[in-house]
Amino acid sequence: MNRFTLWFHKMGSPPTFYAFAERWRPWLLGGALLLTTVALVWGFGYAPADYLQGDSFRIMYIHVPAAWMAQFVFFVMAVSGFVAIVWRIKLAEIMCIASAPVGAAFTAIALATGSLWGRPTWGTYWVWDGRLTSTLILLFLYFGVIGLYRAIEDRRKAARAAGLLSIIGMINIPIIKYSVEWWNTLHQPASINVIKGSSSIDASMLWPLLLMAIATKLYYGWSALSRAQLMVLESERGKDWVRELAGLPMVGSSSRPVEPATRSSTT
Amino acid sequence: MSPGAPLGAALGLLQRDLLLLLWRQRADALNPLLFALMVATLFPLALGPEAQMLSRVAGGIVWVTVVLASLLSLDAVFRGDADDGSLDQLATCGQPLAMLAGAKMLAHWIGTGLPLTLAGPLLAYMLGIERAAVPTLLLALLLGTPLLSMVGACCAALTVAMRRSGMLLALLVLPLTIPVLIFGAGAVDAASTGGDPSAPLLFLAAGLALALPLAPLGCAAAIRIGTA
Repeated sequence: MNRFTLWFHKMGSPPTFYAFAERWRPWLLGGALLLTTVALVWGFGYAPADYLQGDSFRIMYIHVPAAWMAQFVFFVMAVSGFVAIVWRIKLAEIMCIASAPVGAAFTAIALATGSLWGRPTWGTYWVWDGRLTSTLILLFLYFGVIGLYRAIEDRRKAARAAGLLSIIGMINIPIIKYSVEWWNTLHQPASINVIKGSSSIDASMLWPLLLMAIATKLYYGWSALSRAQLMVLESERGKDWVRELAGLPMVGSSSRPVEPATRSSTT
Repeated sequence: MSPGAPLGAALGLLQRDLLLLLWRQRADALNPLLFALMVATLFPLALGPEAQMLSRVAGGIVWVTVVLASLLSLDAVFRGDADDGSLDQLATCGQPLAMLAGAKMLAHWIGTGLPLTLAGPLLAYMLGIERAAVPTLLLALLLGTPLLSMVGACCAALTVAMRRSGMLLALLVLPLTIPVLIFGAGAVDAASTGGDPSAPLLFLAAGLALALPLAPLGCAAAIRIGTA
């Protein structure tokens, strides 16, 4: 077993995962805060104004990373959902569900800043353009995943169902990506092309954007891990390691948890 | 064909579902059509009766109507089976569940999608669609309604574990059916304005080709989550 598979299997154990998350959370949050500050000061204060759009382009430093994250988080959810359904790993279920609210928030931010950006550049807050519309659909997909998870009483069943829904929802991601070509209306085509290595943005404008993209990923890591930790604690309550963490007396040799580990009803 | 063969089991399930859907509950069988007709009637009342404007939006109205009518009947796909326990029997009977899920989808399509496909041109005609766009509409509906049934059945299987799924099922299904709506309405729009509808039709066909093997697998996974 190589090092990665070993790590992967270890992460399936809730106490190991909890300790891992506890170790990395401060670094993720610290990195996110630091990079966000640097990127925002650089982007809003020092990057040159756009020759066409003036200062209004600066909202890009929030809008574009949020839009990237909107798709990225859904991708992570679909992958965790796949892992959860195929290998029945509880932590994958939890990561899938813990990611959903963060992704939904990023999608909402992308939509809100996009419409604010649209006002000075297109003269309207909202147009029924391909990318805007499909980002709105993506938000609905996030709501669907969260809604499905909330509606099923059995937590593990709910998480697996939400994971499967996010796999099905992944068919929406290519549509977002290619919608610009399909219904090419007002929205400008993507300016950065990683594969071709070319970019129509000048480097002085690009650096804050890339920093911000890293910052959002760190923030997502922090937020998802924090949520996952809480969900782990809730589903493992009554287990010895959780009682020890909470400073409660251990149950001792009894292997039976004091309370059922999974909640079968919401009463 | 022996009853133990997977195809035989799927055909048996299809036969049973169609018998239930179209004969034992024949009073309900017409409901999707009546619903579609009623929704299509709402549009002229809301938008005004000018023939020119209605003719422009006719294709889109028919597609919205078809999507909503298909959505309305989705909850029934697995509800009855889940209530009387036959869904658990299907999941544990040893036959490939994906085949059985495919049979459920086909039954839903024959009960809902096919009548809506046949009624679509009539609705469009009532709204004054360009005569030239009718064959395109028929073809687009023929390609698109199976997709609606397949995507819808996957979501219905996901929500079968809860007692009432109404709004949530709509929230799950509608975003996923939007591509069908876009390409279906796009094809009709292209045909009625004298353009070439082949690109959106090909996208619909591609979607169907993708969904035919994948949707039954997804639906089977959803049923297993619900019954496990």
